[in-house]
Amino acid sequence: MNARTKLPLWVDIGVIPIANVLLAFAVAGLVVLAVGASPLEAVKSLIAGSLGDSEAVGYTLYYTTNFIFTGLAVAVAFHAGLFNIGGEGQAYLGGLGAGLAALALDHAVPSYVAIPLGVAGAAAIGALWAAIPGYLQAYRGSHIVITTIMFNFIAAAIMVYLMVNVLIAPGSMSPESREFSTAALPVVSDILNGMGFAVDQSPLNLSLVLALLCCVGVWLLIWHTPFGYDVRTLGFNPNAAVYAGVDPKRLTVIVMCISGALAGLVGVNEILGVHHRLLLDFAAGYGFGGIAVALMGRNHPLGIVLASLLFGILQQGGTELSFDMPMITRDMVVAIQGLVILFSGALANLPRPWLEAPFLWLAQRRTAATEEGP
Amino acid sequence: MDWLAIAFQTFSATLRVATPLILCAMGGLFSERSGIIDVGLEGKMLASAFAAAAIAAVTGSPWLALGGAVAVSCAMALLHGFACITHRGNQVVSGVAINILASGLTVVFGIAWFQAGGQTPSLANSARFMPLAGGFSILVYVALAVVALTWWVVARTRFGLRLRAVGEAPAAIDAAGISVTWLRYRALLICGVFTGIAGTYLSISQNANFSKDMSAGQGYIALAALIFGKWRPLPAFGACLVFGLLDAVAIRLQGVSVAGIGEIPVQFIQALPYVLTVILLAGLIGKAVAPKAIGVPYEKEH
Repeated sequence: MNARTKLPLWVDIGVIPIANVLLAFAVAGLVVLAVGASPLEAVKSLIAGSLGDSEAVGYTLYYTTNFIFTGLAVAVAFHAGLFNIGGEGQAYLGGLGAGLAALALDHAVPSYVAIPLGVAGAAAIGALWAAIPGYLQAYRGSHIVITTIMFNFIAAAIMVYLMVNVLIAPGSMSPESREFSTAALPVVSDILNGMGFAVDQSPLNLSLVLALLCCVGVWLLIWHTPFGYDVRTLGFNPNAAVYAGVDPKRLTVIVMCISGALAGLVGVNEILGVHHRLLLDFAAGYGFGGIAVALMGRNHPLGIVLASLLFGILQQGGTELSFDMPMITRDMVVAIQGLVILFSGALANLPRPWLEAPFLWLAQRRTAATEEGP
Repeated sequence: MDWLAIAFQTFSATLRVATPLILCAMGGLFSERSGIIDVGLEGKMLASAFAAAAIAAVTGSPWLALGGAVAVSCAMALLHGFACITHRGNQVVSGVAINILASGLTVVFGIAWFQAGGQTPSLANSARFMPLAGGFSILVYVALAVVALTWWVVARTRFGLRLRAVGEAPAAIDAAGISVTWLRYRALLICGVFTGIAGTYLSISQNANFSKDMSAGQGYIALAALIFGKWRPLPAFGACLVFGLLDAVAIRLQGVSVAGIGEIPVQFIQALPYVLTVILLAGLIGKAVAPKAIGVPYEKEH
């Protein structure tokens, strides 16, 4: 007898991912209990802090934007069977690309020229920072996981060097560049207020629209183009891909470019959208958060948007939560990210046997019924 | 100051900085030679650093702290094994999860127990592993002994032979009637013991308390050293010393102008271990070949 019954599709893409996330949150609840707080109160405070008013929603969506970019970046690489842990460094240097373009152009050209070039700069440097590990994996046989980890640290060193020694604004005490104002992305609250809706100020800017466009773009690219078919073939079975005429080396480099460009766009949200200057550590945590988002969202843009929204809520709600409950800080959100990566990624098959059992039982009953029938 | 004194000082500083790297690299060696990728060295070291500092702060005993830290580190190693060996999960994903989990939970529990922004209280000397007569704490000597032990176990014992075999051809080990699962779990537990000692050294020997994210990427440097040493004990030990030397020299070279080159940016020296590892992996200086079965969950044939 074949023990592996095929589960219905809705169980596979609906029930199991939710079961995984619930397990992660159940453990997180135990941690909250262990530090002497009430998980129920924590959730209430978290939701009020992240969705309670228009300012909170703005912040939540601003964080969501970053998670969408890095989540998509990890997912695109996953589809080709590549694990890009370098989102952290790609996002960081993507911001450098956006900032350098803005610093070079903001006095020279109007903002409708400077902003697209800033976006292009972010995508280009992000892509470059992922393409090198991709190239080394494809043509030199070095493991992409290790190389992308190393590149995160190299990116951090480059940024510290540039900010402290080269890009620091003259006379500034902290390592920050001069401010550029004309290359700033429009803020959503300004637009809505201009249209007559009264909303509070928040850092949410048009990067969210860019992120959603990227979702549609990735969905079309991966599932509705010959290129996407090649990518999925490569991820599913590299040997089959070779027989189908795919050049796996070339494809690896291209996929890493796309992945890195997506991660680099975090720099657009942070540098062009919010800070309007270059500074240190603006992308910290989003690269690793993207791994959690991609695993939770099952590498599908729709799942990634939902997972990003959840992490946006956690990120913003976690900040507010620490005012209500001083023992719970943003670090709790980091721990939850770790738990989600554990249960949705490494232990993804943990709940499968329990969920499989009822279907197995149903299937056996059905076969028994047909055998007994006329 | 004469050259001999400078050389000796640099050597001592190198050995002190390299100790956590050495312990983590030897731990990672057992894990990776058995076929399990260990990206989670960083997280295990961080969690055990917190455990050691917390226990030392409460009990005042460095030895109890060491025991607790090793227990915490082994528990995380078992979690890694549960995900990767028992449930055949992705080893890199599991390692990343352990790192992020440790980074978050240490601060959450630190704030809950000590109310100091995630730091643990400053320890009295009696609660720490202080330098002995030779100028090094006992854990430095332990790290050196661990290198010798690792070499002997991996190269000269039956367990070591099986360890190497299971990382290259687990099916052969299985066919010989040896449990792949149990062998790999043992390798991960050894890794847990060593990373636990590394964390203890970090928080109650090198420093006098735990602070947020205090491992600061050293687990990854140890992983780089392990690869740089081509997954062999003595070369990996050498790589740890070189990376430790770079770290020790980086502090001394700050603001110093080198003849002919000018001032070397500190960030360049700090990034050098990572750059060198990338260059090595690219096959430009020798070739680093990983254990053949690394990263592949073993599935028994029926």
